[in-house]
Amino acid sequence: MGKVGIIGVGQSAFVRGYPGSIRELAFEGFKEAIADAQIETKDIDASIICSAPEYDKQRSPAGVFAEYLGLIPQPTCYLESLCSSSSMGLRMAYSLVKSGLHDVVAIIGFQKMSEISSAESQERMGRGADIQWESPFGTMMPAYYAMFARGHMETYGTSPDDLALIRVKAATYGQINEKAVYRKPVTFEMFSDPESPMSGPVASPLRVGDCCANADGSSCVIVANEEKTKALSKKPVWILGLGAASASVNMAGRDAFSRLEVARLAGEQAYGMAGVTPKDIDVAEVHDCFTIAELMAYENLGFAEPGGGKELIKSKETYKEGCIPVNVDGGLLSKGHPIGATGGAQIRTIVLQLRGEAGEMQVKEPGVGLVHNIGGVGLYGNVSILGR
Amino acid sequence: MGKKKKEVDDRFKKFGTVSFTSITKINDFIDYLEQGKLMGTRCKGCGILFFPPRADCYKCLSSDMEWVEVSGTGKLATYSKLEYAPIGFGDDLPYAIAVLDYGDYKVFGRIAGDVPQDEIKVGMQMKAVVNTLPNGQLNYVFEKA
Ligand SMILES: [Zn+2]
Repeated sequence: MGKVGIIGVGQSAFVRGYPGSIRELAFEGFKEAIADAQIETKDIDASIICSAPEYDKQRSPAGVFAEYLGLIPQPTCYLESLCSSSSMGLRMAYSLVKSGLHDVVAIIGFQKMSEISSAESQERMGRGADIQWESPFGTMMPAYYAMFARGHMETYGTSPDDLALIRVKAATYGQINEKAVYRKPVTFEMFSDPESPMSGPVASPLRVGDCCANADGSSCVIVANEEKTKALSKKPVWILGLGAASASVNMAGRDAFSRLEVARLAGEQAYGMAGVTPKDIDVAEVHDCFTIAELMAYENLGFAEPGGGKELIKSKETYKEGCIPVNVDGGLLSKGHPIGATGGAQIRTIVLQLRGEAGEMQVKEPGVGLVHNIGGVGLYGNVSILGR
Repeated sequence: MGKKKKEVDDRFKKFGTVSFTSITKINDFIDYLEQGKLMGTRCKGCGILFFPPRADCYKCLSSDMEWVEVSGTGKLATYSKLEYAPIGFGDDLPYAIAVLDYGDYKVFGRIAGDVPQDEIKVGMQMKAVVNTLPNGQLNYVFEKA
Protein backbone atom coordinates (compact mmCIF):
# COMPACT_ATOMS: atom_id res chain seq x y z
CA MET A 1 0.00 0.00 0.00
CA GLY A 2 1.21 3.48 -0.84
CA LYS A 3 1.25 6.72 1.05
CA VAL A 4 -1.80 8.80 1.99
CA GLY A 5 -1.79 12.49 1.10
CA ILE A 6 -3.85 15.55 1.93
CA ILE A 7 -5.08 17.15 -1.30
CA GLY A 8 -7.44 19.81 0.00
CA VAL A 9 -8.08 21.86 3.13
CA GLY A 10 -10.75 24.38 4.01
CA GLN A 11 -12.04 26.36 6.97
CA SER A 12 -14.93 28.75 7.49
CA ALA A 13 -14.22 31.97 9.36
CA PHE A 14 -14.53 31.19 13.09
CA VAL A 15 -17.19 33.56 14.40
CA ARG A 16 -19.57 34.25 17.24
CA GLY A 17 -23.19 33.73 16.24
CA TYR A 18 -22.92 32.26 12.74
CA PRO A 19 -25.94 33.56 10.79
CA GLY A 20 -26.98 30.24 9.30
CA SER A 21 -27.75 26.60 10.02
CA ILE A 22 -25.17 23.86 10.62
CA ARG A 23 -25.44 22.50 7.06
CA GLU A 24 -24.76 26.00 5.70
CA LEU A 25 -21.84 26.36 8.09
CA ALA A 26 -20.38 23.03 6.92
CA PHE A 27 -20.74 24.17 3.28
CA GLU A 28 -18.23 27.00 3.85
CA GLY A 29 -15.31 24.80 4.91
CA PHE A 30 -16.23 22.16 2.32
CA LYS A 31 -16.37 24.61 -0.60
CA GLU A 32 -12.93 25.96 0.24
CA ALA A 33 -11.44 22.45 0.45
CA ILE A 34 -12.95 21.42 -2.90
CA ALA A 35 -11.53 24.57 -4.53
CA ASP A 36 -8.18 23.95 -2.85
CA ALA A 37 -8.04 20.35 -4.09
CA GLN A 38 -9.27 21.39 -7.56
CA ILE A 39 -11.59 18.39 -7.70
CA GLU A 40 -15.32 17.94 -8.07
CA THR A 41 -17.64 16.74 -5.35
CA LYS A 42 -18.27 13.50 -7.26
CA ASP A 43 -14.56 12.63 -6.88
CA ILE A 44 -15.09 12.09 -3.14
CA ASP A 45 -15.77 8.43 -2.36
CA ALA A 46 -16.86 8.77 1.27
CA SER A 47 -17.31 11.38 3.99
CA ILE A 48 -16.77 11.43 7.76
CA ILE A 49 -18.73 14.08 9.68
CA CYS A 50 -17.24 15.18 13.03
CA SER A 51 -18.56 17.23 15.96
CA ALA A 52 -19.29 16.99 19.66
CA PRO A 53 -22.92 15.88 19.75
CA GLU A 54 -24.00 17.72 22.91
CA TYR A 55 -24.29 21.00 20.97
CA ASP A 56 -26.30 19.68 18.07
CA LYS A 57 -30.05 19.80 17.89
CA GLN A 58 -29.80 17.69 14.72
CA ARG A 59 -29.45 13.97 15.45
CA SER A 60 -27.19 12.09 13.05
CA PRO A 61 -25.94 15.13 11.08
CA ALA A 62 -23.93 12.96 8.64
CA GLY A 63 -26.90 12.23 6.37
CA VAL A 64 -28.07 15.83 6.40
CA PHE A 65 -24.63 17.14 5.44
CA ALA A 66 -24.03 14.48 2.80
CA GLU A 67 -27.27 15.49 1.09
CA TYR A 68 -26.62 19.24 1.38
CA LEU A 69 -23.03 18.97 0.12
CA GLY A 70 -23.90 16.62 -2.75
CA LEU A 71 -22.07 13.67 -1.23
CA ILE A 72 -24.90 11.16 -1.66
CA PRO A 73 -25.17 8.28 -2.46
CA GLN A 74 -21.57 7.73 -1.23
CA PRO A 75 -21.19 6.31 2.27
CA THR A 76 -21.07 8.76 5.18
CA CYS A 77 -20.97 8.45 8.95
CA TYR A 78 -20.66 10.52 12.08
CA LEU A 79 -17.64 10.33 14.37
CA GLU A 80 -16.90 11.99 17.70
CA SER A 81 -14.16 12.14 20.28
CA LEU A 82 -15.15 15.52 21.77
CA CYS A 83 -12.67 18.27 20.84
CA SER A 84 -10.40 15.91 18.88
CA SER A 85 -13.20 14.59 16.65
CA SER A 86 -11.80 15.74 13.31
CA SER A 87 -8.26 14.50 14.10
CA MET A 88 -9.83 11.14 14.88
CA GLY A 89 -11.63 11.62 11.55
CA LEU A 90 -8.24 11.98 9.82
CA ARG A 91 -7.13 8.73 11.45
CA MET A 92 -10.24 6.91 10.20
CA ALA A 93 -9.96 8.44 6.71
CA TYR A 94 -6.31 7.37 6.57
CA SER A 95 -7.25 3.76 7.26
CA LEU A 96 -10.10 3.83 4.70
CA VAL A 97 -7.68 5.03 2.02
CA LYS A 98 -4.69 2.97 3.12
CA SER A 99 -6.80 -0.19 3.04
CA GLY A 100 -7.76 0.52 -0.55
CA LEU A 101 -11.46 0.64 0.31
CA HIS A 102 -11.71 4.25 -0.92
CA ASP A 103 -9.47 6.54 -3.00
CA VAL A 104 -10.62 9.94 -1.74
CA VAL A 105 -12.26 10.71 1.64
CA ALA A 106 -13.47 14.04 3.08
CA ILE A 107 -13.39 14.80 6.81
CA ILE A 108 -15.88 17.54 7.66
CA GLY A 109 -15.76 19.02 11.16
CA PHE A 110 -18.19 21.58 12.51
CA GLN A 111 -19.69 23.10 15.64
CA LYS A 112 -22.30 25.75 16.18
CA MET A 113 -21.89 26.65 19.83
CA SER A 114 -23.79 29.93 19.80
CA GLU A 115 -27.26 28.44 19.93
CA ILE A 116 -26.94 27.90 23.67
CA SER A 117 -25.77 30.19 26.52
CA SER A 118 -22.22 30.13 27.84
CA ALA A 119 -23.28 28.57 31.17
CA GLU A 120 -25.34 25.95 29.35
CA SER A 121 -22.44 25.32 27.02
CA GLN A 122 -20.11 24.79 30.00
CA GLU A 123 -22.59 22.43 31.58
CA ARG A 124 -22.89 20.44 28.35
CA MET A 125 -19.13 20.29 27.86
CA GLY A 126 -18.91 19.20 31.50
CA ARG A 127 -21.03 16.23 30.55
CA GLY A 128 -18.09 15.04 28.45
CA ALA A 129 -16.60 14.30 31.88
CA ASP A 130 -17.86 11.60 34.30
CA ILE A 131 -21.54 12.45 34.76
CA GLN A 132 -22.10 9.80 37.43
CA TRP A 133 -19.23 10.64 39.77
CA GLU A 134 -17.96 14.14 38.92
CA SER A 135 -20.72 16.28 37.41
CA PRO A 136 -22.82 16.14 40.65
CA PHE A 137 -20.06 18.29 42.26
CA GLY A 138 -20.56 21.08 39.69
CA THR A 139 -17.63 20.65 37.33
CA MET A 140 -16.66 22.71 34.28
CA MET A 141 -13.94 22.37 31.65
CA PRO A 142 -11.93 25.39 32.93
CA ALA A 143 -11.90 23.91 36.46
CA TYR A 144 -10.60 20.56 35.21
CA TYR A 145 -7.76 22.18 33.28
CA ALA A 146 -7.20 24.46 36.28
CA MET A 147 -6.50 21.34 38.35
CA PHE A 148 -3.74 20.50 35.87
CA ALA A 149 -2.46 24.09 36.03
CA ARG A 150 -2.31 23.76 39.82
CA GLY A 151 -0.57 20.40 39.54
CA HIS A 152 1.97 21.78 37.06
CA MET A 153 2.67 24.82 39.23
CA GLU A 154 3.20 22.65 42.33
CA THR A 155 5.43 20.16 40.50
CA TYR A 156 7.54 22.52 38.39
CA GLY A 157 7.15 26.02 39.81
CA THR A 158 5.26 27.29 36.77
CA SER A 159 3.48 30.61 37.44
CA PRO A 160 0.29 32.29 36.23
CA ASP A 161 2.60 34.83 34.52
CA ASP A 162 4.15 32.05 32.42
CA LEU A 163 0.66 31.06 31.29
CA ALA A 164 -0.20 34.69 30.44
CA LEU A 165 2.74 34.74 28.01
CA ILE A 166 1.11 31.94 26.02
CA ARG A 167 -2.06 34.00 25.61
CA VAL A 168 -0.04 37.03 24.53
CA LYS A 169 1.59 34.89 21.81
CA ALA A 170 -1.77 33.51 20.65
CA ALA A 171 -3.19 37.03 20.34
CA THR A 172 -0.13 38.15 18.36
CA TYR A 173 -1.13 35.73 15.60
CA GLY A 174 -4.90 35.94 16.09
CA GLN A 175 -4.57 39.56 14.95
CA ILE A 176 -3.12 38.54 11.59
CA ASN A 177 -5.40 35.54 10.99
CA GLU A 178 -8.45 36.82 9.16
CA LYS A 179 -10.37 33.65 10.06
CA ALA A 180 -9.82 34.05 13.81
CA VAL A 181 -12.73 34.90 16.11
CA TYR A 182 -10.56 36.99 18.48
CA ARG A 183 -8.58 39.59 16.50
CA LYS A 184 -7.62 41.92 19.34
CA PRO A 185 -4.20 42.20 20.98
CA VAL A 186 -3.65 40.88 24.50
CA THR A 187 -0.82 42.32 26.60
CA PHE A 188 0.93 40.79 29.58
CA GLU A 189 -0.12 43.81 31.67
CA MET A 190 -3.82 43.07 31.12
CA PHE A 191 -3.51 40.00 33.36
CA SER A 192 -2.65 42.20 36.37
CA ASP A 193 -5.06 45.00 35.48
CA PRO A 194 -8.29 44.58 37.47
CA GLU A 195 -10.06 46.72 34.84
CA SER A 196 -9.19 44.25 32.08
CA PRO A 197 -11.53 41.31 31.50
CA MET A 198 -8.41 39.14 30.94
CA SER A 199 -7.57 39.30 34.68
CA GLY A 200 -10.96 38.07 35.88
CA PRO A 201 -10.91 34.81 37.85
CA VAL A 202 -12.64 31.78 36.29
CA ALA A 203 -11.37 28.72 38.14
CA SER A 204 -8.18 29.23 40.13
CA PRO A 205 -5.41 29.51 39.02
CA LEU A 206 -6.90 30.14 35.54
CA ARG A 207 -8.19 33.56 34.53
CA VAL A 208 -10.41 34.70 31.67
CA GLY A 209 -7.33 35.29 29.52
CA ASP A 210 -6.25 31.68 29.98
CA CYS A 211 -9.40 30.35 28.32
CA CYS A 212 -10.07 29.85 24.62
CA ALA A 213 -12.82 31.60 22.69
CA ASN A 214 -16.00 29.66 21.92
CA ALA A 215 -16.88 29.98 18.27
CA ASP A 216 -18.98 28.65 15.43
CA GLY A 217 -17.03 27.17 12.59
CA SER A 218 -16.39 24.37 10.14
CA SER A 219 -13.38 22.72 8.57
CA CYS A 220 -12.74 20.20 5.82
CA VAL A 221 -9.75 18.01 5.01
CA ILE A 222 -9.67 15.86 1.87
CA VAL A 223 -7.29 12.88 1.82
CA ALA A 224 -6.37 10.66 -1.12
CA ASN A 225 -4.23 7.67 -1.99
CA GLU A 226 -0.70 8.13 -3.36
CA GLU A 227 -1.64 7.91 -7.01
CA LYS A 228 -4.43 10.49 -6.80
CA THR A 229 -2.39 12.77 -4.55
CA LYS A 230 0.46 12.82 -7.05
CA ALA A 231 -1.93 13.39 -9.95
CA LEU A 232 -3.96 16.13 -8.27
CA SER A 233 -1.62 17.98 -5.94
CA LYS A 234 1.07 20.39 -7.13
CA LYS A 235 2.53 20.55 -3.62
CA PRO A 236 1.65 17.19 -2.02
CA VAL A 237 1.51 16.96 1.76
CA TRP A 238 1.75 13.44 3.17
CA ILE A 239 0.49 11.89 6.39
CA LEU A 240 3.74 10.58 7.88
CA GLY A 241 2.66 9.51 11.36
CA LEU A 242 -0.52 9.09 13.40
CA GLY A 243 -0.87 8.46 17.13
CA ALA A 244 -3.94 8.16 19.34
CA ALA A 245 -4.62 7.25 22.97
CA SER A 246 -7.30 7.38 25.69
CA ALA A 247 -7.33 7.77 29.48
CA SER A 248 -9.60 7.46 32.52
CA VAL A 249 -12.52 9.86 32.25
CA ASN A 250 -12.62 10.31 36.04
CA MET A 251 -9.79 12.42 37.47
CA ALA A 252 -9.51 9.84 40.25
CA GLY A 253 -8.08 7.48 37.62
CA ARG A 254 -5.21 9.78 36.59
CA ASP A 255 -1.61 9.25 37.70
CA ALA A 256 -0.45 12.86 37.41
CA PHE A 257 -1.87 16.37 37.21
CA SER A 258 1.20 17.89 35.58
CA ARG A 259 0.92 16.24 32.16
CA LEU A 260 -1.57 14.68 29.74
CA GLU A 261 -0.53 11.07 29.32
CA VAL A 262 -2.62 10.68 26.13
CA ALA A 263 -0.55 13.38 24.43
CA ARG A 264 2.72 11.74 25.42
CA LEU A 265 1.55 8.33 24.20
CA ALA A 266 0.03 9.61 20.95
CA GLY A 267 3.17 11.66 20.28
CA GLU A 268 5.43 8.67 20.85
CA GLN A 269 3.36 6.60 18.38
CA ALA A 270 3.30 9.34 15.75
CA TYR A 271 7.05 10.03 15.99
CA GLY A 272 7.74 6.31 15.73
CA MET A 273 5.52 5.82 12.68
CA ALA A 274 6.94 8.88 10.93
CA GLY A 275 10.50 8.00 11.88
CA VAL A 276 11.18 11.49 13.22
CA THR A 277 11.99 13.04 16.61
CA PRO A 278 10.66 16.20 18.27
CA LYS A 279 13.74 18.06 16.95
CA ASP A 280 12.61 17.37 13.38
CA ILE A 281 9.33 19.26 13.80
CA ASP A 282 9.48 22.65 12.07
CA VAL A 283 6.01 23.93 12.93
CA ALA A 284 3.28 22.69 15.27
CA GLU A 285 -0.37 23.22 16.08
CA VAL A 286 -1.19 22.21 19.66
CA HIS A 287 -4.51 22.04 21.48
CA ASP A 288 -4.45 25.25 23.54
CA CYS A 289 -8.03 25.19 24.81
CA PHE A 290 -6.42 26.73 27.90
CA THR A 291 -2.94 28.26 28.23
CA ILE A 292 -1.85 25.42 30.54
CA ALA A 293 -2.78 22.93 27.81
CA GLU A 294 -0.24 24.47 25.42
CA LEU A 295 2.44 24.54 28.12
CA MET A 296 1.88 20.85 28.89
CA ALA A 297 1.90 20.06 25.15
CA TYR A 298 5.45 21.50 24.82
CA GLU A 299 6.58 18.96 27.39
CA ASN A 300 4.37 16.00 26.48
CA LEU A 301 5.47 16.25 22.83
CA GLY A 302 9.15 16.51 23.72
CA PHE A 303 9.71 20.12 22.57
CA ALA A 304 10.88 20.71 26.16
CA GLU A 305 11.80 18.53 29.13
CA PRO A 306 9.08 18.04 31.78
CA GLY A 307 8.97 21.38 33.61
CA GLY A 308 10.87 23.15 30.83
CA GLY A 309 7.80 24.44 29.00
CA LYS A 310 7.88 27.81 30.73
CA GLU A 311 11.42 28.50 29.47
CA LEU A 312 10.29 27.82 25.90
CA ILE A 313 7.61 30.52 26.03
CA LYS A 314 9.74 32.96 28.07
CA SER A 315 12.49 32.77 25.43
CA LYS A 316 9.87 33.13 22.66
CA GLU A 317 11.12 29.93 21.01
CA THR A 318 7.51 29.04 20.12
CA TYR A 319 7.02 32.30 18.21
CA LYS A 320 7.20 32.27 14.39
CA GLU A 321 10.94 33.02 14.38
CA GLY A 322 11.76 30.56 17.21
CA CYS A 323 13.16 27.03 17.07
CA ILE A 324 9.71 25.42 17.28
CA PRO A 325 6.89 27.74 16.17
CA VAL A 326 3.60 26.72 17.86
CA ASN A 327 0.09 27.96 17.03
CA VAL A 328 1.20 30.79 14.79
CA ASP A 329 -2.39 31.01 13.54
CA GLY A 330 -3.68 32.21 16.94
CA GLY A 331 -4.43 28.75 18.29
CA LEU A 332 -7.69 27.84 19.97
CA LEU A 333 -7.15 30.77 22.33
CA SER A 334 -7.54 33.45 19.63
CA LYS A 335 -8.50 31.66 16.41
CA GLY A 336 -11.33 30.05 18.37
CA HIS A 337 -12.45 26.55 19.30
CA PRO A 338 -15.54 25.26 17.50
CA ILE A 339 -15.09 21.78 18.98
CA GLY A 340 -15.66 19.45 16.04
CA ALA A 341 -14.02 21.82 13.51
CA THR A 342 -10.85 22.40 15.54
CA GLY A 343 -8.72 19.42 14.48
CA GLY A 344 -9.44 20.01 10.80
CA ALA A 345 -8.55 23.69 11.15
CA GLN A 346 -5.27 22.74 12.86
CA ILE A 347 -4.49 20.31 10.02
CA ARG A 348 -5.32 23.04 7.48
CA THR A 349 -2.85 25.42 9.13
CA ILE A 350 -0.03 22.85 8.98
CA VAL A 351 -0.83 21.92 5.36
CA LEU A 352 -0.72 25.60 4.33
CA GLN A 353 2.55 26.04 6.26
CA LEU A 354 4.15 23.03 4.54
CA ARG A 355 3.08 24.32 1.13
CA GLY A 356 4.40 27.80 1.91
CA GLU A 357 0.91 29.29 1.59
CA ALA A 358 0.39 30.62 5.13
CA GLY A 359 0.83 34.27 4.15
CA GLU A 360 1.78 36.60 6.99
CA MET A 361 1.84 33.62 9.39
CA GLN A 362 4.33 31.66 7.25
CA VAL A 363 7.21 29.95 9.06
CA LYS A 364 10.48 29.72 7.11
CA GLU A 365 10.42 26.65 4.82
CA PRO A 366 9.03 23.97 7.14
CA GLY A 367 9.44 20.36 6.00
CA VAL A 368 7.67 18.51 8.81
CA GLY A 369 4.68 19.71 10.85
CA LEU A 370 2.75 18.31 13.82
CA VAL A 371 -0.87 18.53 14.98
CA HIS A 372 -1.73 17.81 18.65
CA ASN A 373 -5.47 17.62 19.27
CA ILE A 374 -6.99 16.66 22.64
CA GLY A 375 -10.55 15.55 23.43
CA GLY A 376 -11.99 16.31 26.86
CA VAL A 377 -9.52 16.83 29.69
CA GLY A 378 -6.87 14.55 28.24
CA LEU A 379 -9.51 11.88 27.74
CA TYR A 380 -8.63 11.42 24.07
CA GLY A 381 -5.37 12.43 22.41
CA ASN A 382 -4.44 12.52 18.73
CA VAL A 383 -1.08 13.50 17.27
CA SER A 384 -0.62 13.69 13.49
CA ILE A 385 2.68 14.34 11.72
CA LEU A 386 2.58 15.72 8.18
CA GLY A 387 5.41 16.30 5.72
CA ARG A 388 6.19 17.44 2.19
CA MET B 1 -52.37 -11.66 43.12
CA GLY B 2 -50.11 -10.91 45.99
CA LYS B 3 -47.38 -9.97 43.59
CA LYS B 4 -45.98 -6.57 44.49
CA LYS B 5 -45.41 -4.14 41.65
CA LYS B 6 -41.67 -3.82 41.17
CA GLU B 7 -40.49 -0.37 42.19
CA VAL B 8 -37.77 1.46 40.30
CA ASP B 9 -34.61 1.68 42.37
CA ASP B 10 -33.50 5.21 41.57
CA ARG B 11 -31.66 5.97 44.81
CA PHE B 12 -28.65 7.41 43.00
CA LYS B 13 -30.60 10.55 42.07
CA LYS B 14 -29.86 11.67 45.65
CA PHE B 15 -26.11 12.01 44.97
CA GLY B 16 -24.56 15.49 44.84
CA THR B 17 -26.06 18.92 44.25
CA VAL B 18 -27.55 17.73 40.96
CA SER B 19 -27.37 14.05 39.99
CA PHE B 20 -27.32 13.10 36.32
CA THR B 21 -27.79 9.40 37.05
CA SER B 22 -30.58 7.64 38.93
CA ILE B 23 -30.39 3.94 38.18
CA THR B 24 -27.14 2.06 38.76
CA LYS B 25 -26.15 -1.31 40.18
CA ILE B 26 -24.19 0.33 42.99
CA ASN B 27 -27.18 2.14 44.49
CA ASP B 28 -26.25 0.86 47.97
CA PHE B 29 -23.58 3.60 47.84
CA ILE B 30 -26.44 6.00 48.71
CA ASP B 31 -27.56 3.93 51.74
CA TYR B 32 -24.00 4.01 53.06
CA LEU B 33 -23.89 7.80 52.58
CA GLU B 34 -27.09 7.98 54.65
CA GLN B 35 -25.19 6.13 57.39
CA GLY B 36 -22.35 8.65 57.07
CA LYS B 37 -20.05 6.23 55.27
CA LEU B 38 -18.18 6.80 52.00
CA MET B 39 -17.66 3.45 50.31
CA GLY B 40 -15.76 1.97 47.42
CA THR B 41 -15.85 -1.61 46.16
CA ARG B 42 -13.31 -4.43 46.17
CA CYS B 43 -13.37 -7.21 43.58
CA LYS B 44 -13.68 -10.58 45.29
CA GLY B 45 -12.21 -12.21 42.20
CA CYS B 46 -8.87 -10.45 42.07
CA GLY B 47 -8.80 -8.13 45.07
CA ILE B 48 -8.54 -4.84 43.17
CA LEU B 49 -9.99 -1.85 45.05
CA PHE B 50 -12.19 0.67 43.24
CA PHE B 51 -13.16 4.23 43.97
CA PRO B 52 -15.54 5.34 42.66
CA PRO B 53 -17.25 2.00 43.35
CA ARG B 54 -17.98 -0.28 40.42
CA ALA B 55 -20.33 -3.20 39.90
CA ASP B 56 -17.94 -4.94 37.52
CA CYS B 57 -14.20 -5.58 37.48
CA TYR B 58 -12.39 -4.70 34.23
CA LYS B 59 -9.41 -6.79 35.25
CA CYS B 60 -10.88 -10.26 35.91
CA LEU B 61 -14.42 -9.52 34.60
CA SER B 62 -16.00 -10.64 37.88
CA SER B 63 -19.14 -8.90 39.14
CA ASP B 64 -18.70 -10.21 42.68
CA MET B 65 -17.93 -7.12 44.72
CA GLU B 66 -17.77 -6.21 48.40
CA TRP B 67 -18.14 -2.75 49.91
CA VAL B 68 -15.07 -1.16 51.54
CA GLU B 69 -15.10 2.09 53.49
CA VAL B 70 -12.91 4.99 52.40
CA SER B 71 -11.14 5.62 55.70
CA GLY B 72 -8.09 7.44 57.00
CA THR B 73 -6.63 10.45 55.26
CA GLY B 74 -5.53 11.27 51.75
CA LYS B 75 -3.08 13.76 50.32
CA LEU B 76 -4.51 16.71 48.40
CA ALA B 77 -3.28 16.04 44.85
CA THR B 78 -4.78 19.14 43.19
CA TYR B 79 -7.76 21.50 43.37
CA SER B 80 -9.44 24.48 41.74
CA LYS B 81 -11.76 27.11 43.16
CA LEU B 82 -14.62 27.95 40.79
CA GLU B 83 -15.91 31.50 40.31
CA TYR B 84 -18.51 30.41 37.76
CA ALA B 85 -20.71 27.35 37.94
CA PRO B 86 -22.68 25.27 35.50
CA ILE B 87 -26.47 25.60 35.48
CA GLY B 88 -27.95 24.30 38.73
CA PHE B 89 -24.85 24.91 40.87
CA GLY B 90 -24.83 28.73 41.07
CA ASP B 91 -26.07 28.81 44.70
CA ASP B 92 -23.03 26.77 45.80
CA LEU B 93 -20.46 29.36 44.61
CA PRO B 94 -17.66 29.78 45.35
CA TYR B 95 -16.56 26.18 45.82
CA ALA B 96 -13.45 24.12 45.12
CA ILE B 97 -13.24 20.75 43.40
CA ALA B 98 -10.30 18.54 44.31
CA VAL B 99 -8.66 15.11 44.16
CA LEU B 100 -7.45 13.29 47.29
CA ASP B 101 -4.79 10.61 46.88
CA TYR B 102 -5.24 7.69 49.29
CA GLY B 103 -2.34 5.72 47.85
CA ASP B 104 -4.25 2.71 46.54
CA TYR B 105 -6.93 4.89 44.98
CA LYS B 106 -7.94 8.52 44.51
CA VAL B 107 -11.20 10.30 45.35
CA PHE B 108 -12.67 13.20 43.37
CA GLY B 109 -14.90 15.62 45.28
CA ARG B 110 -15.28 19.07 46.80
CA ILE B 111 -13.31 20.78 49.55
CA ALA B 112 -15.55 21.71 52.54
CA GLY B 113 -16.72 25.32 52.27
CA ASP B 114 -15.41 26.23 55.72
CA VAL B 115 -11.76 25.39 54.99
CA PRO B 116 -10.12 28.85 54.65
CA GLN B 117 -8.69 29.47 51.16
CA ASP B 118 -5.22 30.35 52.49
CA GLU B 119 -4.99 27.07 54.37
CA ILE B 120 -5.51 24.91 51.27
CA LYS B 121 -2.16 23.51 50.14
CA VAL B 122 -1.40 20.74 47.67
CA GLY B 123 0.12 17.86 49.65
CA MET B 124 -1.87 18.52 52.84
CA GLN B 125 -3.64 15.63 54.56
CA MET B 126 -7.43 15.71 54.30
CA LYS B 127 -10.29 13.35 54.99
CA ALA B 128 -13.54 12.72 53.15
CA VAL B 129 -16.63 13.45 55.27
CA VAL B 130 -20.21 12.69 54.29
CA ASN B 131 -22.66 15.60 54.48
CA THR B 132 -26.25 16.47 53.60
CA LEU B 133 -26.78 19.48 51.37
CA PRO B 134 -29.40 22.21 52.04
CA ASN B 135 -31.59 20.71 49.30
CA GLY B 136 -31.52 17.33 51.07
CA GLN B 137 -29.13 15.71 48.60
CA LEU B 138 -26.32 13.49 49.90
CA ASN B 139 -22.72 14.44 49.30
CA TYR B 140 -19.18 14.21 50.64
CA VAL B 141 -16.54 16.89 51.15
CA PHE B 142 -12.85 17.03 52.08
CA GLU B 143 -11.94 18.47 55.49
CA LYS B 144 -8.55 19.15 57.06
CA ALA B 145 -7.34 15.95 58.72
ZN1 LIG C 1 -11.35 -8.52 39.55
